[in-house]
Amino acid sequence: MDAVPRPAPGAAIRTGVWLGIAAIAMSFAAYTSALLVRQGGAPDWRHLRLPPLLFGNTVVLLASSATLELGRRGFGRRAPAEGRRWLRITLGLGLLFVAGQVAAWRELAAQGVYLATNPASSFFYVLTGLHALHLLGGITALGYALSRVRGPVLLPPPALDGAALYWHFMDALWLYLLGLLVLRL
Amino acid sequence: MSDTAPPPVVRRHALQGRVRPPHPAAPPGFLRRHVFSLDHKVIGRQYLDLALVAVLTGMVLSWLMRFHLAYPEAALPGLGALAPNRAPNGVMTPELYLSLMTMHGTIMVFFVLTTAPFAGFGNFVLPLQVGAEDMAFPRFNMMSFWVTLAAFLVLVAAFFVPEGPPLSGWTAYAPLSAIGKDAGPGQGLGQTLWVCSIALFCVAQLLGSLNFIATTLDCRTRGMSLMRLPQSTWAWFITSVIALIAFSVLLPACILLLLDRVAGTSFFVPGGLVVSDRLQPHTGGSPLLWQHLFWFFGHPEVYIAILPGFGIVSHILPAFARKPLLGPRVVIGCMVAIGFLSYTVWGHHMFLSGMNPVSATLFSVPTLIITIPATIVTLLWIGTLYGSRLRLTTAALFCLGFVSVFVTGGMSGFFLAQPSIDTYLHGTYFVVGHFHFVMGVAAMFGIFAGVYFWFPKMYGRMLDERLGKLHFVLTLVGVYCIFMPMHYLGLAGNVRRYSAFTDDYMKGSLPLHRFITIAALFTGAVQLVFLANLIRSRLRGAKAPDNPWEATTLEWATSSPPPADNFGGHPPVVARGPNEYGVPGPTGDFVMQAAPELGEV
Repeated sequence: MDAVPRPAPGAAIRTGVWLGIAAIAMSFAAYTSALLVRQGGAPDWRHLRLPPLLFGNTVVLLASSATLELGRRGFGRRAPAEGRRWLRITLGLGLLFVAGQVAAWRELAAQGVYLATNPASSFFYVLTGLHALHLLGGITALGYALSRVRGPVLLPPPALDGAALYWHFMDALWLYLLGLLVLRL
Repeated sequence: MSDTAPPPVVRRHALQGRVRPPHPAAPPGFLRRHVFSLDHKVIGRQYLDLALVAVLTGMVLSWLMRFHLAYPEAALPGLGALAPNRAPNGVMTPELYLSLMTMHGTIMVFFVLTTAPFAGFGNFVLPLQVGAEDMAFPRFNMMSFWVTLAAFLVLVAAFFVPEGPPLSGWTAYAPLSAIGKDAGPGQGLGQTLWVCSIALFCVAQLLGSLNFIATTLDCRTRGMSLMRLPQSTWAWFITSVIALIAFSVLLPACILLLLDRVAGTSFFVPGGLVVSDRLQPHTGGSPLLWQHLFWFFGHPEVYIAILPGFGIVSHILPAFARKPLLGPRVVIGCMVAIGFLSYTVWGHHMFLSGMNPVSATLFSVPTLIITIPATIVTLLWIGTLYGSRLRLTTAALFCLGFVSVFVTGGMSGFFLAQPSIDTYLHGTYFVVGHFHFVMGVAAMFGIFAGVYFWFPKMYGRMLDERLGKLHFVLTLVGVYCIFMPMHYLGLAGNVRRYSAFTDDYMKGSLPLHRFITIAALFTGAVQLVFLANLIRSRLRGAKAPDNPWEATTLEWATSSPPPADNFGGHPPVVARGPNEYGVPGPTGDFVMQAAPELGEV
């Protein structure tokens, strides 16, 4: 008998999340190339002084990845209540990060630096804004996964694995964007 | 995937008891079943219906343009009422001509050539061909269609805003697309609607291609190894990979363009730009940046339109030649090569942008190389036909027509690929003839072949073959009459994008333009035969058997039309590849992928 398997549950979800990651990575590659072209091509580029709050936000986001893994480990150790608690903490940290980003934008705006002020600020708002938007998608996905782990749980559902993968990618993407903004290539 | 792999360990989760997709039976209620359906078959038909509306719209726009080109001073009854500011006394202004051209190109490229062969047929056929009960993510799939429809409505809304649709072509070159009303009528709200529409379209196609890839990789039935997938599924799969990357770049480009338009940023608008006697309030942006981002999407988009046609022809020709496709793996390899190379050639659209000749050469070489896999596939089709007793059905005829127009259009590509020749030809009708043949008509013939081939499976009724053959012959003659002369016009230096050629040196081209216009009106009218056939056969066509073409693939191993879960709860088990034609089989000269003795589960 030929044995190409019917998919295990979650295989498609994992594939789907990886494809989503590929698409998002590609779009940020496009923004990056636009940034490099725009920065190199014209004399009107003024580098921003990044709000220090961004670094605090970075710590919050990295911590959220750690708590997410603690949550998944909780389900792995047959301690779903503990798992759910960590997931709720993760969601809270995610929302805190977004709130922190909003505060950083307001700080810049208070200094008179808006979207159209100069090309560096344009890219800053576009990149951080789109990252926050994608992270809100991750928060929604994680919230959905959390709703799927009510009651006694033997294994974390595929939706949680998918949401976790996406969440960690959001971390990596943020570190990349922060590096891009800090290094001023 | 190896045929001898051990059976998989299926992980079942406590809360994930359902391995099957969530809708084995069609849901009750008209809305859930026919409108907001999760069923890939309904969604595929919805995409095709949308494409039909779009192609008729786009065709009428082309008629209006062609009429004006042939009879520049003649008034068109009713046009004055439709567009009072832009057609005084029923004679269109150059601005109206440009806006019709913009809408024609945008509607055709996005909402016909992407929507029908890729999203439409892919949705209906791909899950059937892999033996799945539905797409991997039915909700994303439904969302993909509705967002596409929203994108279409937003685009068409541009006709109904005061200043009308945008003028800047389907490529929306910055800075004129980025500065608003000063760039001309329609460049205000009309252009904003255009950008929003295309951004929405990107989102929809990203969801769609994600679904196609995941379905092909993870929802295949037992025995369906990758090398046993039909060539059509391979084509949709490869197209999905291309689309996932291409639309991921167009979406950011649209977002940046939108911000330039509405938020005052300067991504694409340079400083010191004066348009309509007004200094534009922007600094330092790069118009070339838009061209690079757009064509990095735009060239792969050509292959998004045409590769499904490759798959459809590779799938249909063997079924009517009653011979296995020659070199099936080579066909797949060539499509992968085309997909890869499509990302290395975008600069050939920009030879006139002041590009360094070295860069131009770098873009020219892969452009010429990409003709090699395309030629190999064409030769394999012809080789498949060699010595066969081709059953000349309408679907087979449209496949032959596809090969014909694709080769014709491809030939002019050799000239355009060379920067020195392109410098002369790029702004002329030579290019118009080239891309209409190779991308437009070829993809349309692929769509027609698909319709005539899969209509019985979609609706359970046969299309009328006599009307179909009439449709084919007249269309083939018609498109050659329209687009062949454009090459001569181009060589003679007839520039494109002009609304009329009355007062200048091109006056001598008018008779040929009149011929083209008459051919266009004729060919358009011929499509009424197709439309009538669709409607009549849908209502009163002969009942279709499960496998009217004696084909081998899984979509023919279920009823016509298939039940809601595709295989009636008995997923097929696949024992062989899709090319078992011309061999002794239980019911004729073919053996189906899921042969009956193995079909029971």
